[in-house]
Amino acid sequence: MDGFLLQLFIFLAAAGVAVPIAKKLGLGSVLGYLVAGVAIGPFGLSLVNNIESIMHFTEFGVVMMLFLVGLELRPSLLWKMRVPILGVGGTQVVLTTAIICLVGLYFLPWQQALAVGLTLSLSSTAIVLQTLKERGQMDTSAGRSIFSVLLFQDLAVIPMLAGIPLLATLSMSGDAHTSAALFDINSLPAYQQALITVAAIGLVLVVGKYASGPMFRSIAAAKVREVFVASALGLVIGTSVLMLLVGLSPALGAFLAGVTLSDSEFRHQLESDIDPIKGLLLGIFFISSGALLNFALIGEKFAVIVSMALGLMTVKWLILVLIGRVFKIHKDDRPLFAVSIAQGGEFAFVLFQMARSNGVLPADVIEPILSAVAISMFLTPIVFVLYDKWESKKPTESPEQEPDFVDKKGHRVILAGFGRSGTDVGRFLQSAGITPVILDHDAHNVSILRKFGFEVYFGDATRLDLLESAGAHDAELLIVTTGDPESSLHLIEIAHKHFPHLKIVASAQNRRTMYEMMDLGVTNVFRETFGGALEVGKAALKELGMEPYRAHRLALIFQKKDREIAFEMYKLRGEENSYISSFHEHHANLEKIMELDIADDRGEIDKAWTSKSPES
Amino acid sequence: MKKVLIQFAHPARSKSSINNAMRRAVEGLDNVTVNDLYAMYPEFLIDIEREQALCEQHDIIVFQHPFYWYSTPAIMKEWQDLVLQHGWAFGSKGNALRDKLYLQAFTAGGDADTFQEHGKNFFTIREFMAPLIATVSLCKMQWLPPFVVTGVHRGLPQDKVQYYAEQYRKVILALRDKHVDLNAASQAESINANIDSVLLEVV
Repeated sequence: MDGFLLQLFIFLAAAGVAVPIAKKLGLGSVLGYLVAGVAIGPFGLSLVNNIESIMHFTEFGVVMMLFLVGLELRPSLLWKMRVPILGVGGTQVVLTTAIICLVGLYFLPWQQALAVGLTLSLSSTAIVLQTLKERGQMDTSAGRSIFSVLLFQDLAVIPMLAGIPLLATLSMSGDAHTSAALFDINSLPAYQQALITVAAIGLVLVVGKYASGPMFRSIAAAKVREVFVASALGLVIGTSVLMLLVGLSPALGAFLAGVTLSDSEFRHQLESDIDPIKGLLLGIFFISSGALLNFALIGEKFAVIVSMALGLMTVKWLILVLIGRVFKIHKDDRPLFAVSIAQGGEFAFVLFQMARSNGVLPADVIEPILSAVAISMFLTPIVFVLYDKWESKKPTESPEQEPDFVDKKGHRVILAGFGRSGTDVGRFLQSAGITPVILDHDAHNVSILRKFGFEVYFGDATRLDLLESAGAHDAELLIVTTGDPESSLHLIEIAHKHFPHLKIVASAQNRRTMYEMMDLGVTNVFRETFGGALEVGKAALKELGMEPYRAHRLALIFQKKDREIAFEMYKLRGEENSYISSFHEHHANLEKIMELDIADDRGEIDKAWTSKSPES
Repeated sequence: MKKVLIQFAHPARSKSSINNAMRRAVEGLDNVTVNDLYAMYPEFLIDIEREQALCEQHDIIVFQHPFYWYSTPAIMKEWQDLVLQHGWAFGSKGNALRDKLYLQAFTAGGDADTFQEHGKNFFTIREFMAPLIATVSLCKMQWLPPFVVTGVHRGLPQDKVQYYAEQYRKVILALRDKHVDLNAASQAESINANIDSVLLEVV
C-alpha cells in the first residue's frame, strides 16, 4: 500500500511539475507528461518501477477517451462522416501498410513485414486527440478529417488483433493464450462465438438507448453526486469488460456506448464526470510511455532508430499529403491534417507485445521499431509547435471581412435554467433560429421537456466542469435563467472568473437580485416577472376603454423609464432613506411623464397629432 | 467646418451592402454624427428631446435610407410626426431648424430611366419628393436635391458599391467644408448626377 501511494505520488508530482512548464512553453500537456516520464523513468531519476503494468492499467484512459469522443458524435453525424471515415481512414491504413510492408520486405520475411506495416500504419489517438482538444481544433474541418482517420484506425485494431497471430512463423514463446475473466469464448463453436459477439454489441446499443435514460434519471433524482460519477464509470467499465469477454476491443465498445448516449439529456453530465478521470489516466499513460523509452538501446543504435523514426514520419506524412489531395480536403486544412497524424501510435505497444508472444516477430526486430515509434510520438507535440510557427508566418490570403452582425450561423449560446422564464427564452431563441445548449438540474423537468422536443441537458450549471463540457470555452453568450437567486449569482461569478469572454444576459427574481447582479458587472439584467406584468397592465387599460395603441405606447414608455430608474436606484441602494425617497421621486416623475402622454392637449407627443400639425 | 448629422434609417441593415458601404464611408469623419434610428428606437419609441437636441447641434441634416414605396421607411415618417413639433420646427416661434441644410440620400430599386413621365414609375424622383420639399420649407430649412443611387434591385456589383460610397463621402465632406455651390446644386435633379459641377473644389 505504502509503495503504491509513493509511486502514485511520484507520478502525480512529476506531472505537476512538468505539465505546467510544458504548457507555459507552448508545447502542450502531452509533451510535458512524456518528459516527466523520462525524468522519473529508469534512464532519469529511476524513481518508479513496474512501469509496464501501470501503462497497461492506464491504457484504460484511451477507452474512456473514446467513450467521450462517442458522446460528442451523434449517430446522424457519424453517418454523415462515413465517407471520410471509410474513404480517407481506409485509404490511409491500407496505403501505409502496403508501403511500409514493401520497405520491410528488404529486411524481413513477408509475414513479419506485413505485421510491422499494419502496426505502424496506426497513429496516436491519445496524443493527437488530446492535443487537438487542447488547441480547440476538434470542431474544425481539419480536426474532423484527422478524427475520421483516427477513428478508422481504432476500429482497424480489432481485426488486426485477430489477424496478426495468423502470421506467426516463429516457435511460440511464452503464453499466447489470453484467458478471459469469467469464461472463455474461444471454447465455443464459431457460430456461437459470432452470435454472442452480435448479442454483446446489441446489448450495448439497447442499454445505451433505452435503459440508460431511466437508470440515470433515478440516480440523478437521488442527488448524490458521487453515485452518478460511479454509475457513469460503471457504465464504461462494464462495457469494456463485456467487449473483452467476447474478444472485441473495449475502445470500440466504449465508443459505441458513447454514441448511443450522445442524444441523451445526461450527455454533458457524463462528459464532465468522466473527463477528469480520463485525463488522469491518460496523463499517467503518457508518463509511463515516456518512462519506457529505452535509452540504452537508442544510444546503442542511435542512427538506425532515429532514422527509422524520421523515415516513418516522412512516409506517413507523404501518404497523408497525397490522400489530402485525392480526397479534396480543403487546401488550408491539408498541412495540419498531414503533420498531425504522421507518428506511430500507442497501439503499437499492444500489437507488438502480442506479435512477440504469438511468435510473429522476434524481440530484436520489435525493440528498435518500438523505440522509433516512441520517438515519433515524442516528436508529435514538437511537430505541432513547428506547424504553428510555419502557419503564423504564412501570409493570410483573404482580406479581413467586414464582421456580419446578423444571421451568423453557429452562434453558441448556453441557456442555464429551463424553468418558468428559461423555457420561454429558449422557445423564443429557437424560433429565431438560434439553438442554445440548455442546462437544467431538475431531472424530472428535463425528461418532460425532452418529450416536447427541447434539447435540454441534465446538470447543475454552477459546476465549472459541466459548463466546460457544455462548450463555455467556445460559447459567445450565457443566459442565466436559473430561477434561484443564489445559484444565478454563483453562476455569474464562475462565468466571470473562468470564461471572461462570455457575454451575460440574466433574468433576476427580484429587484435585490438584480442589484446584486449589477454588482457583479452584469448590465443586461431583467426582472423575470416584469414583462408579464406589463402585458397584464396593458390589457387592463384596454379593458378600461383606452385606445390599444395608446396603451401600448404607455407600456413602452413605462418600460423604458423603469429601466432608467433601475440604474439610478442601483447607485443609491444601501442608503435606505435616500433610496426610498428617490423611489418616490422617480415614481412621481414617471407619473408626470405618463400623464403628459395621456393628456390630450398638453402631451409632448400629442403636439404631433393635434390641430396645430400641418394638414391635420 | 459645419456639423453634419446623418440620420440612418434602414430596418434590415445587414441585408443592404450599398447602405452599409455608404454608411461606412462617412462614419467616423470629423464633425459627422451617425444616428441609427432603427437601432436607437427598435420599438419606435422615439426620444423627442434627444432628437431635437441632435438637430439643434448640427448644421446639416442628412437622412440616409432606402426609397421604400416611393417614400421613406416608416420610422422616418414617425420621426417627422413626433420630432417636427409646432413651436419648435415650424410656426411663428418654431425656428430651431431655420437655415439648416436638408439632404436625403437614398437607394432606389428602379433604374434611373423608370423615374419619368412615360417611364414605369410615372413621376420623376423630384416629383416623389414633393411632401418632403414642402415639409422642409415649412421648417425653414434649405432643401437640397437628394443623393440618389438607382437600380439596386438587381444588386449592385462591388465596384459600383464602392463608387457610390466614395461619391457619398465626397458630397458629405464638401457640405461639411462648405465646398458646395448651393445654387448649382439646387438646380440639379440629384446632387450626385453631375457631381463636378456642384463641388467647388475637389476634396
